[in-house]
Amino acid sequence: MSDFTDLTLATARAGLAAKKFSAVELTQAHVTAIEQNRALNAFITETPDKALAMAKASDERLARGEGGVLEGLPIAIKDLFCTKDILTTAASHILDGFNPPYESTITQKLWDAGANCLGKLNLDEFAMGSSNMTSHYGPVINPWTKPGDNRQLVPGGSSGGSAASVAARLALAATGTDTGGSIRQPAGFCGIVGLKPTYGRCSRWGVVAFASSLDQAGPMTRTVEDAAIMLGVMAGHDPKDSTSAPMPVPDFKAALTGDIRGLRVGIPKEYRVDGMPAEIEALWQQGIDWLKDAGATPVEISLPMTKHALPTYYIIAPAEASANLSRYDGVRFGLRVPGASLDEMYENTRAAGFGAEVKRRVLIGAYVLSAGYYDAYYLKAQRLRTLIAKDFEQAFEKCDVILTPTAPSAAFAIGEKMDDPLAMYLNDVFTVPVNLAGLPGMSIPAGLSADGLPLGLQIIGRAFDEETMIRVAGVLESAATFTAKPYSSLAGRA
Amino acid sequence: MSLDKATVARIATLARIKVPEADLEALGHELNQILHWVEQLDQVDTTGVEPMTSVAAMTLPLRADRVTDGNRADDILKNAPNGMHGFFTVPKVVE
Repeated sequence: MSDFTDLTLATARAGLAAKKFSAVELTQAHVTAIEQNRALNAFITETPDKALAMAKASDERLARGEGGVLEGLPIAIKDLFCTKDILTTAASHILDGFNPPYESTITQKLWDAGANCLGKLNLDEFAMGSSNMTSHYGPVINPWTKPGDNRQLVPGGSSGGSAASVAARLALAATGTDTGGSIRQPAGFCGIVGLKPTYGRCSRWGVVAFASSLDQAGPMTRTVEDAAIMLGVMAGHDPKDSTSAPMPVPDFKAALTGDIRGLRVGIPKEYRVDGMPAEIEALWQQGIDWLKDAGATPVEISLPMTKHALPTYYIIAPAEASANLSRYDGVRFGLRVPGASLDEMYENTRAAGFGAEVKRRVLIGAYVLSAGYYDAYYLKAQRLRTLIAKDFEQAFEKCDVILTPTAPSAAFAIGEKMDDPLAMYLNDVFTVPVNLAGLPGMSIPAGLSADGLPLGLQIIGRAFDEETMIRVAGVLESAATFTAKPYSSLAGRA
Repeated sequence: MSLDKATVARIATLARIKVPEADLEALGHELNQILHWVEQLDQVDTTGVEPMTSVAAMTLPLRADRVTDGNRADDILKNAPNGMHGFFTVPKVVE
């Protein structure tokens, strides 16, 4: 019964509680959907046996009147989270055969809440990319196509497998990670909800590190309510991550009151970038009008450092990546390519194990951190980061949330923008500043382009005020009534 | 600043990534494009601006200096491409 795969976390959990169906039935429907849609290449590793065994245990707990917030709900995990004894690749050749002897804090919390693991999702290699084209396991296909045009589109990235699997109804929800937009941009491209929490809200322990001062994990779901529920499970202080905030986790779902009267919504004038399609501009205006109709007040704000955010990011993120990725040396795990000396073994292993984009970023990072260039590049970027964060601080004196488009375009075709790294980087122009400032941001499917592809709007909140952001997202979601589903000829569907 | 072939080779050595001589020029071109683009930051006057070292307004907590984990050599060696007698092995470094 394919209706199972159209449920949300909330409605599926209610159905299980009311004993309308079993967790095994619910999970089996998703396992079947995954098998029928392998052409999307959304998964690197499928774990159907584990999912069904977990579902069976859930059914037993439910029968005893027990069960957690996500009891019996099948979800999928970006393959950047370490999962005990399940292959974890970061979509890189260099992690060949790596079966972590431990579980990431976030996935442990999800299993403790009763969720079932459908498998590990494809992504850009080490989460470096905006199209999912850099994966060692091949690109993920966006389940959306333009009506009347069967060219395959990218799902965005780096959480491309997460976005595609949730949009294509292969999982009720998925985890993502976001360093410069990797949850929000693919959520926008695939017509789902993606939430990047405040830096420090969720533990990074056991998540393969890309840029440690920017990385943050979050939920990818089909509704705002589901995002709120899942974030509540994922969030919280973890003594194993010294940057996780020792703060209580609010009831995010309770924030969905629908009442935004009197809220001030900041509209940053610098986000009207050159070359942005008129339809995205129009959707943004529509979003402003929806919030106004609900009683909020739009206020123009200025974030003058916006245009400097991308170059700042492309110094800081590669610098941190070059340090983080130094651990892949062919000694302790993953790929080893022999060499005559220890250094040659390192060099051969890393040459064979990393893809082109990862190498580019590691080399840029090594350069900007190297003696003689550190001040000119890295220190300069850290100063810019202070100014970018200050922009937001000043803006939030005048407003309570900020509304922007998620990305400057809809999903593009596979193979496009591949010859020019800089054109690819521009995908993240609206999302990167949020990571640099450590703020929460969320993408909501708000409408379709003239070509019939989903477009997202982004809501940015104050640090540790995901609640107001979620409240506004709920109002936008109700106003937008986004019910469109992917057009592609998904197997087993009309 | 522009990277010449020798500089690209030096960075590649620093990063421990083998780059064939024939690829140095093309790679240098790619890296230069990115570097020239980030150099637009020079337009911004950052005199007196503190570099950001932590995005969160918190000081890193200290924990008690106690062993909380250990005795898991088998777990740790399980993923090693080449382990022997409870050790990681590497090519000979001392003749």
